[in-house]
Amino acid sequence: MIKAIHISKVYVNGGVETVALTDVSFEIKNGEFVAIMGPSGSGKSTLMHILGALDTPTGGDYFLDGQNVGKMNQDSLAEVRNKKIGFIFQSFNLLPRTTALKNVMLPMAYAGVPKKERLERAKKYLEMVGLGDRMEHFSNQLSGGQQQRVAIARGISMNPSILLADEPTGNIASVQAEEIMDIFKDLNRQGHTIVMITHEPDIAAHAQRAVHIKDGKIAT
Amino acid sequence: MNILELLQEAVVSLTLNKMRTALATLGIIIGTGSVIALISLGQASQKSVENQIESLGSNLLTVLPGAQNSGNVRGAAGSATTLTYNDAKAIMMQVGITLPDVKNVSAELSRRAQVVAGRNNTNTQITGVVPSYAEIRKVNLSSGVFISQRDVDAMTKVAVLGPAVAADLFGDEANPVGQNIRVNNQSLKVIGLTVAKGGAGPQSQDDAIYVPLTTAQDQLFGVDYVSTISIEAVTASAMTDAQNELGYFLLAEHKLNDPTKADFQILSQQDILGAASQITGTLTALLSGIAAISLVVGGIGIMNIMLVTVTERTREIGLRKALGAKKRLVVWQFLIEAVILTFAGGILGTFLGGAVSYFVSNAISLPFTLSPESITLALGVSGVIGLIFGWYPAQKASNLQPIEALRYE
Repeated sequence: MIKAIHISKVYVNGGVETVALTDVSFEIKNGEFVAIMGPSGSGKSTLMHILGALDTPTGGDYFLDGQNVGKMNQDSLAEVRNKKIGFIFQSFNLLPRTTALKNVMLPMAYAGVPKKERLERAKKYLEMVGLGDRMEHFSNQLSGGQQQRVAIARGISMNPSILLADEPTGNIASVQAEEIMDIFKDLNRQGHTIVMITHEPDIAAHAQRAVHIKDGKIAT
Repeated sequence: MNILELLQEAVVSLTLNKMRTALATLGIIIGTGSVIALISLGQASQKSVENQIESLGSNLLTVLPGAQNSGNVRGAAGSATTLTYNDAKAIMMQVGITLPDVKNVSAELSRRAQVVAGRNNTNTQITGVVPSYAEIRKVNLSSGVFISQRDVDAMTKVAVLGPAVAADLFGDEANPVGQNIRVNNQSLKVIGLTVAKGGAGPQSQDDAIYVPLTTAQDQLFGVDYVSTISIEAVTASAMTDAQNELGYFLLAEHKLNDPTKADFQILSQQDILGAASQITGTLTALLSGIAAISLVVGGIGIMNIMLVTVTERTREIGLRKALGAKKRLVVWQFLIEAVILTFAGGILGTFLGGAVSYFVSNAISLPFTLSPESITLALGVSGVIGLIFGWYPAQKASNLQPIEALRYE
């Protein structure tokens, strides 16, 4: 459950202030599949960073499952990212020269999940995304679509409150993009909350609803 | 994530770039290697000097004449001519009476001189001795006999050769007993050959000729004093007592009542050993210090490589932080990599240094020593160097902002 209340973000760089977000408020309930849409430069990446606890807002409050994430220190943010957020990046961001299995196990390692359980869960999630036969492949030996599926398995491995996808199909051929969207819809049906940032209307169409951002504000 | 997993990850990422890992470690290998080699060789030469001094005889006190003063100018210790054979005889008379801790006495006159035998000649130490010299200085003969009291009394022209001199004058393996040598135009008959004791340099007992003390004084050098009086104490623990007894006895003998005006000095084997050890110890410390500089340079190399690694892996660090790695964990990850590099370098360097020391010791016939202390020290220091020089790169990695790091190309 996400609650953004009057969130603003101002970057100060060399004395020059750049306003990225102004007075952004919205709510995403558990089990929703929401697309955040907007042209480039609209502030949707900044919003994604704040929602992902990678950055904190300069004004307003951001509640994730009732916790005020906007006021946390670095290590607490790391813990929130680890336990409550599953990231799926445009450029996949898998560890190179590391097997798919190990990549999926990484967040669980940081969470202190016992090794045996890590292995079982990682196998389960990789099979769920249809990569049961590619577990021991190095991430750089997989196609774009396959890499993104490994990233999805990694994203859901900690059973997070939200799955945060940043342009998840941006670097993938359109056929494979459809597969990724099917997986998202499956996960959503299983109860996962999904927030997807995109600028492509036909990708956003897979979501239940869309939040539009323009010039750092919610457009209605 | 426990320490074992961090270690595994560190090893994996170090093996990803083997060439760089090897080059980074090389600095530490060479640094540790040179420290180990120099400490080991230093200890070996110290031990060798100690052995050599100890082989001169245990429980030994050496009486040297005091400094020669002319006017207000004080000369070097031992330059005066205040000790005589009579002093030694007087001490001998009192052994076990007023000098209860003294066991044996010998007087010596040592000079360097040119020695000729047939067509060969050499320059060596000629030592005028009395029979007790052999007991005190542990001189053993491989052939013939040593100087006897009769030789000393009758001033006979005989000589006992050290093996090095014998080899110089008569060739290796030759038995010189019965041959004649010439010293300062006096012909001396060789009556004995000593057993080789090892050692080199002017202190070596193998490069020496022994003649009767009186022969040396009257026939060869024309002097009436002796250069040293050697005293054997009854036990090692009686050395200090013997030194004191002897000091008062000689003061009385020389009719001096102020100990500060003594015209002699008494050195124990410990004094000589201490001085020699101090010299080799200082040299070892100095050389090891210079070698330690290369270890520090190696450490800077590690820091350099770690900084490159951090920059190269910026995206990876960002990802790890995004997935929930806390600051401390990132610090550990990079610190462990640095320590593995330096510690592995330390281990290899210890083997390298040990091997160098082993071969050099063999080549210059020193006893090979590699103390566990120096190994522990080298490994400890190399590990600490990893911590010190890995600290900054690790901090830099852990302070990366995940967003910035993920954006980094």
